[in-house]
Amino acid sequence: MANEESSSFNRHVMDYIHRASETGLYDIRGLGAKRNLPTFDDLVFLTASASRYPLEGYREKCVTTTLLGTRFAKKPLELQIPITIAGMSFGSLSANVKDAVGRAATACGTSTTTGDGGMTREERKSSQTLVYQCLPSRYGFNPDDLRQADAIELVIGQGAKPGGGGMLLGQKVNARVAKMRTLPEGIDQRSACRHPDWVGPDDLTIKLQELREITDWQVPIYIKMGATRVKDDVKLAVKAGADVVVIDGMQGGTAATQQVFIEHAGIPTLAALPLAVEALEEMDVFGEVQLIISGGIRSGADVAKALALGADAVAVGQGTLMALGCNRETWLGPDGPHDARADYEKLGTAPGFCHHCHTGQCPVGITTQDPVLETRLNPEEGARRLRNYLQVLTMELTTLARACGKSNVHHLEREDLVALTIEAAAMARVPLAGTDWIPGHRHF
Amino acid sequence: MARLSPEVTALDTMPNSAATPGPTTLGEPTIDWDLSIRPVRELNQFLHDLAHNARPEMPHVRILHPNGRHNLAVGLQVPANIEILGHAGYFIAGMNQAAHITVDGNVGWSVAENMMSGIVRVKGCASECAGASAHGGLLVIEGDASSRCGISLKGGQIVVGGSVGHLSAFMAQAGTMVVCGDAGAALGDSLYEAVIYVRGSIHSLGADAREEPMQTDDLKTVADLLQRAAISADPQTFRRVASARQLYHWHAEAQY
Repeated sequence: MANEESSSFNRHVMDYIHRASETGLYDIRGLGAKRNLPTFDDLVFLTASASRYPLEGYREKCVTTTLLGTRFAKKPLELQIPITIAGMSFGSLSANVKDAVGRAATACGTSTTTGDGGMTREERKSSQTLVYQCLPSRYGFNPDDLRQADAIELVIGQGAKPGGGGMLLGQKVNARVAKMRTLPEGIDQRSACRHPDWVGPDDLTIKLQELREITDWQVPIYIKMGATRVKDDVKLAVKAGADVVVIDGMQGGTAATQQVFIEHAGIPTLAALPLAVEALEEMDVFGEVQLIISGGIRSGADVAKALALGADAVAVGQGTLMALGCNRETWLGPDGPHDARADYEKLGTAPGFCHHCHTGQCPVGITTQDPVLETRLNPEEGARRLRNYLQVLTMELTTLARACGKSNVHHLEREDLVALTIEAAAMARVPLAGTDWIPGHRHF
Repeated sequence: MARLSPEVTALDTMPNSAATPGPTTLGEPTIDWDLSIRPVRELNQFLHDLAHNARPEMPHVRILHPNGRHNLAVGLQVPANIEILGHAGYFIAGMNQAAHITVDGNVGWSVAENMMSGIVRVKGCASECAGASAHGGLLVIEGDASSRCGISLKGGQIVVGGSVGHLSAFMAQAGTMVVCGDAGAALGDSLYEAVIYVRGSIHSLGADAREEPMQTDDLKTVADLLQRAAISADPQTFRRVASARQLYHWHAEAQY
């Protein structure tokens, strides 16, 4: 027993207590939950065999076209793939990154999304389809940009910090960011956690109508929420008049928030998605109101499983950053790759472990406003990498869809899935593999 | 499920029946729009289309029978003169740019929210969140404004002839708010650079808000805003509330 580590008070916990007692401050960090959670990895597809026939993997067509906003908008979005880029702010990300993301998304026929801080000219120019967020802070929110948006996403919350506002520490609030947000340069900026002009669901209905009136009912309106009381929230969003509901699970990322939020608030994406689908079905609007799921989407398998469970599309945030080079050992200059490990070390971390987006000292030039670090991400190279990533996700998605005998990725269905763990079976509402048991739902 | 589609399609031409020429003021054509006959969707589309139809004079539109309807005259972007003759609902004059909008009555929540420019005048009282997130322009409430007046203000100017409710100017970032009556609890909570002037009592100040002495510039600012608002009051009787700037950076003591 002399050398036995305590489960309750292990080294991580002791570190936390020592640091808290030393500083009197809680931890703030970026990215998403690091704890072990049930994920889409706990599901597998029942691909075709004698009882189903597959489509040929390389040649037969498998449709990926995705329509969003068909409920009320005069101009719904038609995307080439069901994989969208999640909202990430200019401020948390550099202008180069917004540019790169826009270029890649446009090349792949999908949408990008603004973030807290308003719309940059770079992202509007490079993004053929741009979703404009209306956030509680309303930083940089204005009618001119609203009118040039292809869709509007009213953000109630996000998976990394449902119920909490945003943060942007002073080192990232440079002159341009400060001006866009109408704030003094260099302050630790707090974004509001609730909207300034409406409070409850009845007000939200009128707010949505206001946005529709201003934009003459042309563009779709999404409502984005962090995954907590998903069923109730989705129903209220539908009642309020959303064209599209976006649910962000607890694995969703952020540029900065309290660690306690990231790890201890909200429910996993896997649990959230079936609840959202159930809410839409109970409201009899499944298919009429589209559903986007986000929070820890990494691979084409994740996308396929999300679609099979009832999502119309996914939104990818952290995967986008990693495709651009987040947590890589090197950054790519005009003269070739440069070792970034020393810069990670200065932050007290290493490639593969870094979550220091909040510091603005991103070693690979992604989550920074530092004019020198920013140059480490060349927009063209970033766009190439992200384009490749989106292409791989799409190919993996269609590979699985074809193997399930689907000529359209939106034909994937819950019946195509089983779960590998009891927890995943209960959350995803699919049978535990080898059984017809859905814990809590069928054959208790 | 029933679809909440817009009530009508856009108008390409000058409306008739409900929108009839009314009395002319200073040579500008007046259009009367009767909301008991034609819907809000048509009204807003007509007002938006003014941006595409250049006119030598400032258009003058009188909106009749508003009867508490929401979202009237939202998203305007031309210097039109709009009069709403009666009580109106939520989000009146939302995101206004350039237009002069007058409500001859009371309004519901969030009048002139996110206004960018222009003037919005409410001759009665306003409910919650008046002028929320306004980036510019002038909002005048001749009566009282309820809670959260000037919340998240980003450069707009607000003059309230009466009193304001709790949490007014919450997280206000820039701009000015002049309150001729009293202020409710937690005034200016988490203020940034916006400045509040209050003539009456202040129930309590919010986190990081503090009272500061009036300087010459403050007197001038108040006098100017009162004059533009056409509200009579002595600038010398106002007190200044601004941010103590103790929450601008995180530190262990910032535990409000």
